[in-house]
Amino acid sequence: MKHQTPWISLLLVLLLLPGGLWATESSPVHEFMLDNGMKVLVLPDRRAPVVASMVWYRVGSGHEHGGITGISHALEHMMFKGTHAHPAGEFSRIIASLGGRENAFTSRDYTAYFQQLAAEHLETALKLEADRMQHLALPEDEFIQEMRVVREERRLRTEDNPNALTFEHFNAVAWLNSPYGIPIIGWMGDIDEYTVADLRDWYDRWYAPNNAILVVVGDVEPEAVHHLASTHFGPIPARDLPVVKSRTETPQRGERRITVRAPAQVPYLLMGYKVPVIMTAEEDWVPYALQVAAGVLNGGQSARFARELVRERELVASASAGYNPLSRLDNLFVLSATPSAGVDRAEVEAALTESLERLKDEPVSAAELERVKAQVVAREVYRRDSIMGQAMGLGMLESVGLSWQLGDEFAERIRAVTPEQVQAVARRYFDVDQRTVAWLDPLPIDPDNPPGYFDGHLR
Amino acid sequence: MLNMTTFSSLPRPGWGLCLLALLVTLTTPAAATTVQHWETDNGLQVYFVPSPALPMVDIRLVFNAGSARDGDHPGLARLTNTLLRDGAGDWDADTIAQRLEEVGAQLSTSSERDMAILNLRTLTEPDWLETAVETLVTVVGQPTLTQRGLDRTRRQALVALQAQQQNPGAIARRTFFETVYAGHPYAHPPLGTEAGLAGITPAHLSTFHQTYYVARNGILALVGGLDRDQAEALAERIAAALPEGEPAPALPQVALPEAEQTIRVHFPSEQVHIFMGHPGMIRGDEDYFPLYVGNHRLGGGGFTSRLMDEVRTQRGLAYSVYSHFSPMAAAGPFLMGMQTQVTQADEAVAVMRQTLETFVASGLDEDELKAAQANIVGGFPLRTASNSGILDHVAMMGFYRLPLDYLDTFTDQVEALDPVTVNEAFARRVDPTRLVTVIVGGTD
Repeated sequence: MKHQTPWISLLLVLLLLPGGLWATESSPVHEFMLDNGMKVLVLPDRRAPVVASMVWYRVGSGHEHGGITGISHALEHMMFKGTHAHPAGEFSRIIASLGGRENAFTSRDYTAYFQQLAAEHLETALKLEADRMQHLALPEDEFIQEMRVVREERRLRTEDNPNALTFEHFNAVAWLNSPYGIPIIGWMGDIDEYTVADLRDWYDRWYAPNNAILVVVGDVEPEAVHHLASTHFGPIPARDLPVVKSRTETPQRGERRITVRAPAQVPYLLMGYKVPVIMTAEEDWVPYALQVAAGVLNGGQSARFARELVRERELVASASAGYNPLSRLDNLFVLSATPSAGVDRAEVEAALTESLERLKDEPVSAAELERVKAQVVAREVYRRDSIMGQAMGLGMLESVGLSWQLGDEFAERIRAVTPEQVQAVARRYFDVDQRTVAWLDPLPIDPDNPPGYFDGHLR
Repeated sequence: MLNMTTFSSLPRPGWGLCLLALLVTLTTPAAATTVQHWETDNGLQVYFVPSPALPMVDIRLVFNAGSARDGDHPGLARLTNTLLRDGAGDWDADTIAQRLEEVGAQLSTSSERDMAILNLRTLTEPDWLETAVETLVTVVGQPTLTQRGLDRTRRQALVALQAQQQNPGAIARRTFFETVYAGHPYAHPPLGTEAGLAGITPAHLSTFHQTYYVARNGILALVGGLDRDQAEALAERIAAALPEGEPAPALPQVALPEAEQTIRVHFPSEQVHIFMGHPGMIRGDEDYFPLYVGNHRLGGGGFTSRLMDEVRTQRGLAYSVYSHFSPMAAAGPFLMGMQTQVTQADEAVAVMRQTLETFVASGLDEDELKAAQANIVGGFPLRTASNSGILDHVAMMGFYRLPLDYLDTFTDQVEALDPVTVNEAFARRVDPTRLVTVIVGGTD
C-alpha cells in the first residue's frame, strides 16, 4: 500500500500550497475599516477575470421576536423592490445587462446580498448596494405583491414538504426562549400581518454601515476595492444599533418529544442535543471536538452511519449527523434518519441513541480520526475552487461575531482534537434529558378522499 | 432557479464538517479553457483542460448508460451505477470508502436519462492520487454487483420512490415525462418503477455493466493540476480498466404530441405544481442558439424574464417560475414550471399560457434581444471561472460530441443572432397547440 502515512503527506502538500496553509502572517485577505464602522474584506483570486461581491448585515431571524417572525427575510425580498433613485427591478436589470448573477439569502444571524460578475463591473454593484443600504423605497403596492410571493415560498419550502415541516416544529420545541426557535421564513400568521411600517422599522434599525460587512473575492486589487468602498459606502453615516440581548436558553428539564402528522409516505426522525458553538464555548476545543464527532458518525461512506446503520444492519435508508459551529448562539447537534421499509421506528431511534452512547463509552479509533481530519483538510483545498464559496466563508465568520482569521486556524484546530476530547463532549452533551425528538408520522395520501383534518388547510 | 433563497435549516448529508474558507492567494494565471482532446488505444475519448492553480484534479467518466438504456427493467441503469462503489475487485463497500476518504478523495456516482457518471475529485499529491485512481479504476472496471448489495440498494430505491410520492413537484415531473415521452425510453423515471426494480437480478446488472461501461461508449473529462503527460498516463490507466466494447445504439426519435393535453393529479398540498411543455431539441440542434437565447427572454433569464415579470412581479402568483430547454440525445423537453396556491391554479395556468402564446406569436424585439445577449455574453466568464464549471461544460461537450471549439465560439454564436432568426426558430419549434400541461395538487 502506498498510503501508509497519508497524514504526513497531507501536511506536506498543504505546506507547499501557494502562500502556505498556516502562514497567517502573510494571509492574503486584506481587511479595511471605513470611518463609519463598515468592515471591508478583500481576497484576491486571479484565476478568472470575475469577482464575487457580498454585503452582509448582522441581522436575521435570530434577532426577531414573536409577531414579526420572518421579517428579516421579508425585508430581504423588498430590497429588490426599488430605491428612490432606482425603481423596482432596476437593480436586477442593471446587473443582468452586465452579465452578472445576483441574489440574496437570510439566515438566523445574517442577511446577505451578492453579485457575481466580470471584475470590471464591481463598482456598479457596490454603487447599487450602497444606494439600497440608505434609500429603500418600500412602496405599498410592491409590498402587497411581494408578500404574496413570500407566502408562496413558504408553501413551497415548508407547508408542502413533510420533512421540512417536521424540522420546523422540532426546532420550535427544542428552543423555549432562544430566538433560534423562530423559523427563518417566519410563521404564516405573522407573514400575513406584516405592514410596510414593520419593514421600514426593521430596515432603519439594522441596515447601517456599522452593522455591515463587504466581502469581495476575485480578480481585484485590494487597495482599489478599498477606494471604491470608501467612495460609495464611506459617506453613509453610522447609526446607533439596537442592543442585542443575550436571550440565553433556559435550562432544559427533561426530554421533549413530539409527533408531526402530515400527508406523507415515509417516516422521518430528528433528534437534537443543545451544544455550544465557537462563539459560546467556554473551552475552545469543544466545538472542534463536536465537529469531529459529527464526522465520525456521518463524514462520508466510511463513517459509522453509512457503514453500520445503512449497509451492515440495514436499519435506515439514510441517516445523518449535523452540527454547525458557526452561529452566534448555542446550536443543535442534530441526528436524522429515514428508516428502511418495515423497520420498527423504536429500533431506529435506539440505534441512533446507541451510536451516541458508543462515543461516550469508547474512544474513536485512530483510523477514524485520521479520515475525518484528512477530509477536512482536503475539502479546504476543494473549497478554493469557488470564489463564491470563499466569500461565503469569510462573511459567515464575521457576521456571527467571529474573525475571518479563524478560517486560517480551522484545519489546525480540527487536527488537534484527541479521542479523549470527542469522548468528553459526547459525555457532556449527548444526554437523553437534554434532547428533543421528533417523528414525522405519515398520514395516508388519498387524493380522491382527503381526510377531514385537511379541509381547513386548503382554504 | 430559485430567487431570494432562504438558508435551509434542515440537516443534510455532508453537514457534519462545516468548512471555513481557506485564505491563500492564488497567483497562478488563469487556465485557458482550450480543450485538449485525444483518444486512448481502446477508443475512450479524452477531454483535458489543465488548471494548475490548485493541487487538485477532477476526473469525470460519463457513459451512455442512463435510464434510456433500462430496457424492460426501469431502474436498472441507476442501480448499476449506484452499486459500482458497493464492492469491486477484492474490496467491499467499507474498504472502498475508507481508501478514498483517508486520502480526502470524493467519489460520487449519478445516473439520469442519458448519462451515467462517475466523478472523482482528489488532491494531486502523488501517493493519494494513486490511491484514489486505483480505487476508481477498480470500481468502474470490476464491480462485484452482489445479491446482497442489490437487495439493499433496491430497498433504498423503493423508499426513494415512496418519498417522491409525497412530493407534488416530483409527481408532476414524473407525470410530465410519462405523458410527453409515452412509448419512448425517456418516459419512466431514472429511479425506476416498483415493478421494474422488483425484477432486477445480479445477472441483469452485470450484463448492463459489461455492455455499457466500455471505452467506446464513454468519455473521460479531466480538469486540474496535471500536465499533458500526466493526463495521458492517467487516461490510459483508466481506459485500460475498460473493455473496448461498442457505442450504444442511437435512441428512437421523439415526436411532438398530436394535440394539446391537460392532466390533473389530485394531491393534498397547499400549492399546485404546474408543468407545461413538449419535446424540444437535441444537443447539437441547429436551432440551439436561437432557441436558447429566445428562451432566456421568455423564462430562462431569472428576474428579468417575461414569465418572471408576468407571474411573480406583476401578480405575486409564485415564488419560482421558469422555462428551459433541456437538450438531450433524443429531443429533451421544452418545459415551463411554477407552483402556486391551489385557489390560483387556473389563473396561473392562464397567465403562463398567455405569456408563451404572445411570445411565440410576436417574439422579442431588438432591445430585448440585446439585453439577453448582453447577459449571456457578459456572464460567460462566470461559467468557466472554476474547475468544476469547466468540467461540467467539457464533459457535456464530449458526451454529446459537440465541436471542440464550442466554448471558444459560444459568445460569437450568441452575438450573431438577430430578432428575426430567434423569433422564426421559436415559432417553428414551440407549438402552444400541442402543449402537455400537468397540474398536481388540490382536491377538486
